[in-house]
Amino acid sequence: MIRFILNRLLLLIPLLLVVSVLVFLLLRLGENDPAMSYLRLSRIPPSEQALAEVREQLGLNRPLVVQYFDWLGRALRMDFGLSYVTGAPVLDRLLYYLPNTLYLAGVSMLITLGLGLPLGVWSALRKDRWPDHFSRGLAFIGVSTPSFWLGFMLVFLFSIKLGWLPPLGMGSPLHVIMPAFSLSLMSLCINTRLIRTSMLEQMNARSVLYARIRGVLEKWVIGRHVLRNSLIPVVTAIGMHMGELLGGAVVVENVFAWPGVGRYAVSAIYNRDFPVMQCFLLMMTALFVVSNLLVDVLCAWLDPRLRYGKGAEL
Amino acid sequence: MSGASTSWTRKLLWGFSLPLIGMFLIASLLAPVIAPCDPHEIDLAIKLQGPSGAHWLGTDHLGRDVLSRLIWGARTSLGSVVLIVTLVMLMGLAVGCAAGYLGGKIDSLLMRFCEVFLTFPTFILAMFLIGVLGTGLVNVILAIALTHWAWYARIIRSLVLTLKNREYILAARVAGAGRLAVVLRHLAPPVAAQLVILATLDLGHMMLHVSGLSFLGLGVRPPTPEWGVMIQDAQPYIWTHPELILFPGLMIFLMVLAFNVPGDLLRDRLDPSARGEG
Repeated sequence: MIRFILNRLLLLIPLLLVVSVLVFLLLRLGENDPAMSYLRLSRIPPSEQALAEVREQLGLNRPLVVQYFDWLGRALRMDFGLSYVTGAPVLDRLLYYLPNTLYLAGVSMLITLGLGLPLGVWSALRKDRWPDHFSRGLAFIGVSTPSFWLGFMLVFLFSIKLGWLPPLGMGSPLHVIMPAFSLSLMSLCINTRLIRTSMLEQMNARSVLYARIRGVLEKWVIGRHVLRNSLIPVVTAIGMHMGELLGGAVVVENVFAWPGVGRYAVSAIYNRDFPVMQCFLLMMTALFVVSNLLVDVLCAWLDPRLRYGKGAEL
Repeated sequence: MSGASTSWTRKLLWGFSLPLIGMFLIASLLAPVIAPCDPHEIDLAIKLQGPSGAHWLGTDHLGRDVLSRLIWGARTSLGSVVLIVTLVMLMGLAVGCAAGYLGGKIDSLLMRFCEVFLTFPTFILAMFLIGVLGTGLVNVILAIALTHWAWYARIIRSLVLTLKNREYILAARVAGAGRLAVVLRHLAPPVAAQLVILATLDLGHMMLHVSGLSFLGLGVRPPTPEWGVMIQDAQPYIWTHPELILFPGLMIFLMVLAFNVPGDLLRDRLDPSARGEG
């Protein structure tokens, strides 16, 4: 198992290197000039001389390769540069907001699993009856609803009309309910259907038939044989959903004035504050990669066959 | 996803989604004819009015006709999404066919490249690209296409691999067709035909990306009638005029739903493994 994890970690290194090259090069795409943004945000009139000075100061007139390795070297030491707007270290600011985003995403994940798992199991056990139709209908509605619109509609109903929940900001546990629900609806619906499909597939497995022949109680058949095996695709899907969840959090944070990294990043994009944008993209990508790694490890734990890769017999 | 096993539910779902798609198509194609007013015409004297004979769905904070903006919004959304899917298909076909048909080093190189793109969370990469390229319709289309092509390239590659050694391809090669001719004439068309259906499933998903970015102010620029932009414009008026948020959101919801339903039904038919116990 440890070998499996080490293997996966080693495979990540070249991937992350290419990612860093891409993140670095993408900024030089298009006609924007970091020196120009810097001057605009520092409110210095952009004269030829000022531009030259800033280029010198930011090291922009060195060869691109030198700039890249310089940037990478500092990034590896957790130095992502200073914000053009505030002049403060970029990483500090993002790390300040990050726990709020993780809190929101975490509660959303809890909703996704806490509601999705029972609902999925229920509709698999009652296939083609009304619980199944209900969850199918819900899935259609859920995957088609824009999260920001749902957020506003919830605010209108529960804050403005009923006055039950606070409309904006973050403070009491009540504040997180509406943002987390808006963020989780889509992955909740997708996961419910996935759990259902995956359970139905497992119910046909020979191990399940054998357990039934042995006279194992139905609740044990479902719990031990069907559910455990049907969790593997679900866990994989949750890893994929992390990407959607991180992206969705940006949108939802902006609806509910939630003080997370996404809101900060959007304002950085308005300002063309390049160091913040770069650090934000790297941070979110790292989160996505790490969560996928955790998912792989979890799957390997659930299904020992996966630990040995292609060589092992299936 | 299965479940719509009975034919009447299928018919019901088709009967719901096809007219809706038709409606949105007509709205977007004939927007200049159907829309009762100019969607850009500002008249502050009649701002934030309720429904009336002249303005069926009322007016927004600048006195623009909401109904006309909704109709023109269909054109923006549908047009951009169709362009995105076309771009994504073209990029995916180019990379996927090259990787699958040529194989070897080129294959592994291209697939590694795809993997790099798949490492990023799509929406966040799209935001970043817009930060680099600037906002506006064209850049939104580019950003979303650039963040989605790798998924398609992978699927296309696997489709090409299954077709590559079919007899008709071998026959074409024996007959002396060059690599490019084989790919363009014999591989790309069947692969594209299979993919068009898969792409409809993605239309809704991409539409949510377009409107989400526009809502953040990182998408289509404000005067353009677009549903996400309309919601962002209406945000300060949620206490007094929630309908200004309700209507455009409902449009996004209905359009995405209209594309998701056939996508789901078609996937049931195309992919027997997704049918559960069948």
